Amino acid sequence: MNLAMLVVVLYFVGAMIAFSILSRRQKERNLRDIPAFYRLQGALELAVEDGTRLHVAIGRSDITSPQSAAALAGLSMLRRIATVASESDNPPVATAGDGVLAILAQDTLRAAYQQLGLFGAFENDLGRVTGLTPFSYAAGTIHLVRDEEVSANLLAGSFGIEAALIANAGERRQILTLAGSDTLTGQAVLFATAHEPLIGEELFAGAAYLGAGPLHDASLHAQDLARWLVAAGLVAGALFGLFLGFLT
Amino acid sequence: MKFPVRAPVSTLVALGGGWLILLAYIFGLEGLRATILGWVVLVSAAGLLLGVLNLAAVHFGKLRGGARNALYSFLLIVSMFVTFVVTAWLGPEHAAPQWVFDYLLLPVEASLVAVMAVTLTFAAARLLSRRVDLFAILFVAFAILTLMGSGPLLGINLPIVSDLLRPWLAQVLAGAGARGILIGVSLGTITTGLRVLLAADQPYGG
Repeated sequence: MNLAMLVVVLYFVGAMIAFSILSRRQKERNLRDIPAFYRLQGALELAVEDGTRLHVAIGRSDITSPQSAAALAGLSMLRRIATVASESDNPPVATAGDGVLAILAQDTLRAAYQQLGLFGAFENDLGRVTGLTPFSYAAGTIHLVRDEEVSANLLAGSFGIEAALIANAGERRQILTLAGSDTLTGQAVLFATAHEPLIGEELFAGAAYLGAGPLHDASLHAQDLARWLVAAGLVAGALFGLFLGFLT
Repeated sequence: MKFPVRAPVSTLVALGGGWLILLAYIFGLEGLRATILGWVVLVSAAGLLLGVLNLAAVHFGKLRGGARNALYSFLLIVSMFVTFVVTAWLGPEHAAPQWVFDYLLLPVEASLVAVMAVTLTFAAARLLSRRVDLFAILFVAFAILTLMGSGPLLGINLPIVSDLLRPWLAQVLAGAGARGILIGVSLGTITTGLRVLLAADQPYGG
């Protein structure tokens, strides 16, 4: 039996439920400021007013790998964006570098259209595959950014260095690019190329900032608490090691 | 907490499958976990095929609609069709599909990597004009120092930078930062997975 995993799961489930119940008693949401999401909210409102399009790239990752969590975070944001912007003249479009992720993107958009009573307006190519290798995905996405009246780019998924090409395409068209990845190389190149890079766990917090619901907010609080516990454990471990070093 | 109602079958399959795999992992039921993951891999393979069809359908639509740069869509559909037929007919080990891979696909991707180098250099130079804050300044300064210390400059290894500063930056500062980021990503990955398992996120049309 994997006891450590059981403890982690029980902690997170318990903390998420507890914070969710606690948050019902509070009038204000208590989330730290991440300016990127305020700019995304602004870009979303502007896109609806202007009749321009938001592009959400959810990257390329195998659904059976841990990297799929980044794509799931991207899909969560796509759902929120689609719920707000699907009535626009140019509804949001999602790109993926994997067939399964593209199907999930279509399902996510379809559900948002259904929720808004716009099911007839839904088209399958709003969630599409633009390439199946890292660079072919980037090359296909660059075309979309350039040709389809995109007013803001959100890269939320698992990306490597190829993300720089997509972010650069946005820069050349002078449109806002917010981007996060779960890989270190992806985050490094996006820090240099995106207008608003999302570092570390910020990528996974996106849906909460777009108003996805109390359980999303609660999961961020659970995550913050866990981070403090891990940091405290690391410091305690280092001090203990130092102490043992002095003794021997 | 939001409970799934719109797509009960897909919700049941997703939640049931997810919880089964997690519980099998916790309680060491490797056989069950491997069986379910085997099914998922099969479905993923079908998903890959659907992805290729989706790619073709999008570009076929562009071609029919007379979109700007429709020539690229035409080239993509023709090359996709030819590659598919040749590979299906001769098998992936045959010299012809290998030739397509070695002399068409690889050089094109290699040229994109070359474009990457220029893009990143340009982006690093532009970073400070776009975002002047402490982290941007540190990013550019550390990148320059690491590059200076990475290889001989005009045949000379820079003293202190090459043997002391660069290893210290890469192994101590960058290493610590990378660990911090990875801890954050791991925590985010866990909560994202659990949000799906608790049906707060439903990326399957729920």
